[in-house]
Amino acid sequence: MAAAQFLALTGIGKRFGGTKALDAIDWSVESGEVHCLVGENGSGKSTLIKMLAGVHAPDPGGVITIDGAAYDRLTPHQAKTLGIQVIFQDLSLFPNLTVLENIAIDLELGAALKPPPLAAMRAAALAALARLDAHLPLDARVGDLPVAQRQIVAICRGLATNARLLFMDEPTASLTRHEVDLLLESVRRLKAQGVAIVFVSHRLEEVVEIAERVTVLRDGRLVGTYPAAEIDDHRLAELMTGSRIEHKVQARRLDATQPTLEVRNAGRSGEFVDVSFALHPGEILGLIGLLGAGRTELALALFGMTPLESGEIRVNGAPLKLRANRDAVAAGIAYVSEDRLSLGLNLRQSIADNVSVTVLDDLTDRFGLISPGDRSRMATGWVERLGIRISHVDAPVHTLSGGNQQRVVLAKWLATDPKVLILDSPTVGVDIRNKQGIYDVVRELAARGVAILLISDEVPEVYFNADRILHMRDGRIAGSFVPGETSEHALAEALYA
Amino acid sequence: MPKTLRFVFGRTEAALGAAIVITAIVLSLSSPYFLTVANLVDLVEAYSVTTILAAGVFVVLVSGGIDISFTATASAAQYLAAYLIVSRGVPAVSALALAALLGIALGSINALLTYHLRVVSIIVTIATSSIYYALLIYFTDAQEIYNLPDWWSNGVSFFRTETAAGDIVRITLPIVVMIAVLALTHQLMNRSRIGRQVYAFGGNPEAASRVGINILKVQLFAYGYLGLLAAIAGFIQAGRVHQAVPTAMNGQELNVLAVAILGGASLVGGIGSTGGVILGVLFLAMLQNGLNLLGVSSYFFGVVTGLAILASITMTGLAEKYARRRRVTRTG
Repeated sequence: MAAAQFLALTGIGKRFGGTKALDAIDWSVESGEVHCLVGENGSGKSTLIKMLAGVHAPDPGGVITIDGAAYDRLTPHQAKTLGIQVIFQDLSLFPNLTVLENIAIDLELGAALKPPPLAAMRAAALAALARLDAHLPLDARVGDLPVAQRQIVAICRGLATNARLLFMDEPTASLTRHEVDLLLESVRRLKAQGVAIVFVSHRLEEVVEIAERVTVLRDGRLVGTYPAAEIDDHRLAELMTGSRIEHKVQARRLDATQPTLEVRNAGRSGEFVDVSFALHPGEILGLIGLLGAGRTELALALFGMTPLESGEIRVNGAPLKLRANRDAVAAGIAYVSEDRLSLGLNLRQSIADNVSVTVLDDLTDRFGLISPGDRSRMATGWVERLGIRISHVDAPVHTLSGGNQQRVVLAKWLATDPKVLILDSPTVGVDIRNKQGIYDVVRELAARGVAILLISDEVPEVYFNADRILHMRDGRIAGSFVPGETSEHALAEALYA
Repeated sequence: MPKTLRFVFGRTEAALGAAIVITAIVLSLSSPYFLTVANLVDLVEAYSVTTILAAGVFVVLVSGGIDISFTATASAAQYLAAYLIVSRGVPAVSALALAALLGIALGSINALLTYHLRVVSIIVTIATSSIYYALLIYFTDAQEIYNLPDWWSNGVSFFRTETAAGDIVRITLPIVVMIAVLALTHQLMNRSRIGRQVYAFGGNPEAASRVGINILKVQLFAYGYLGLLAAIAGFIQAGRVHQAVPTAMNGQELNVLAVAILGGASLVGGIGSTGGVILGVLFLAMLQNGLNLLGVSSYFFGVVTGLAILASITMTGLAEKYARRRRVTRTG
């Protein structure tokens, strides 16, 4: 592409204390280019964005060149004036204000007692919307809009301040295929208007379709910049992790046994309808659906957090009435909520505290007190059985390596002796290397006979780990798949259709 | 959800308006005196202090904070003004201005502490409330000031008439000040940049700082404005009871918060309107006045106030739940 270079970085580094967050980065973005910046958590992506937004200053020696002018560092104000805008994953919108005010908030700053320049704000908002050919009611409250439209509002805010380089942090995480198409349409328009767009992500997304180049970061270093056409998921995983990860379909055909968990015609108004399935001992059942499909709502109902309005739940053939999650725990159902980085560990507490937290009742003596000795012995027992490498059971969990932390989680749930384990998006925000560790834990549990419901919105996650997959859409079970019999591609088509 | 329910749960203000109309009808049927001009004007005057305070609390609530030290601020400003005028012979205008500045200063201390300590404002204002009251009583020996000048204690009537029934109706200073305060608050919150920034900050503090809103300024404005209104409410209250008492307003905090919350101001910030404050006062005033006219013990008012707050919060919660469910069904 013969377009003019908008941004160039030369020898940019950043140290935080002893760690090098970024190391001698040379990178460039051209005007009107669509660029993907990918890397795992901790690869330095966010440090790089923050540096260009003016939040962090790079270490001395590096040069940021914008439009031919060189800078040692940028202040937030400079970044904005030069046309660098970041759309964070949370979109940074004001849900209580109108579309108009959200887009043109910049014009409402300063001069405290002056009235907001409504006419100018209106004009700016309309102009920004027109550039995307988007039609949103200016007086609608942003909190009432669906996520995809909120994203349009966030992009328009960037345009209203005359953005020339737009960073979008994980933009498609909560969008359906159709909404992603709309987003791509907007991006094409901006590109045609000479705005450069950088998608920042920890995986390769649909946006790669319209990207020219992909840049991969690993451990603070730039691995390389590649033409987007040369990169696919497997190659990217290799570049991001520096090692080859083999994906194999794990699906096993399980013999028909008495189901551990049976759900019949379960429903809750506005959340899910007529959900039926059976989960067998040792089975990993994938439940895939987009955000808002009702999967988490279903999980909460199965764990007794919300009451079912219709249908029933059976555990080992016997009907189970869940009044509260205590009943679910008593019936052997464990639920691990969506949780970043770890499967619900309290990182600052000790290993023994973490392992014993699920079974405190069993550890109490007849006075209702917990003997520290018993607790330590119990934790030590699990540590030995699972081969967790630790200095002492009273050491805080954050001192352990990722893999060993996952074993602590395994111990924590094995201690409750669960029959059913519901995992809700267990690898959200977890990078590829540590994901594998979590999958190993899940398989180990299944091998011990635990029935596992694996909820996710990532196709590869369920495809390569589950024995069977249910697809949830609009609160209903829309289809059932067996990995290997159905292709990964077909499953993705069904999900994003 | 049926349309009627959506109407009721959709906006707190609409629900409150409906509740006020129903209460008014019930009360005017049970007591012939309720719906007379004289009673209603008396009612407005009696609640003028509460309304002025609630207007200030509403601003702090929109900013996402809460302040319970405002009665201490009001008492301090009231006492300072009375002391300067009565014991020191300071001209009224200067005395009132100094007392207003004291109110703004005490409010600003809350803002500075909340901003710099990064603690929730309820903790900060519990502490400052205790400090302000203690210092006030320490310095004044809890002495009341009785001999307020005539213009202050007997009030100024802007309009006076006699109804056909022989009742005297007077539009007095408290009513005029209250209306002015409401108009000013409405104007500031909707037609000034700082007001819009208060809404933005209350709606999403993180995003507010990202777009470059000066957060300290927003908080100084919110708490300082409440301090100013507290001082004004303090003057009015002293005039109505003909004396300045250091602890006169102690215990009024909950009543005032009740008004703002009933009026739809959210405790998590970003939501609320001046119209809601007016409706909140109207509702509470009518309930309490109605119970009075019906001969119910005033000790029972607290029960009614508490129930009204619970009902209001429950409805807001239900509205949010239905809104969330609607979103789930819509986005599928």
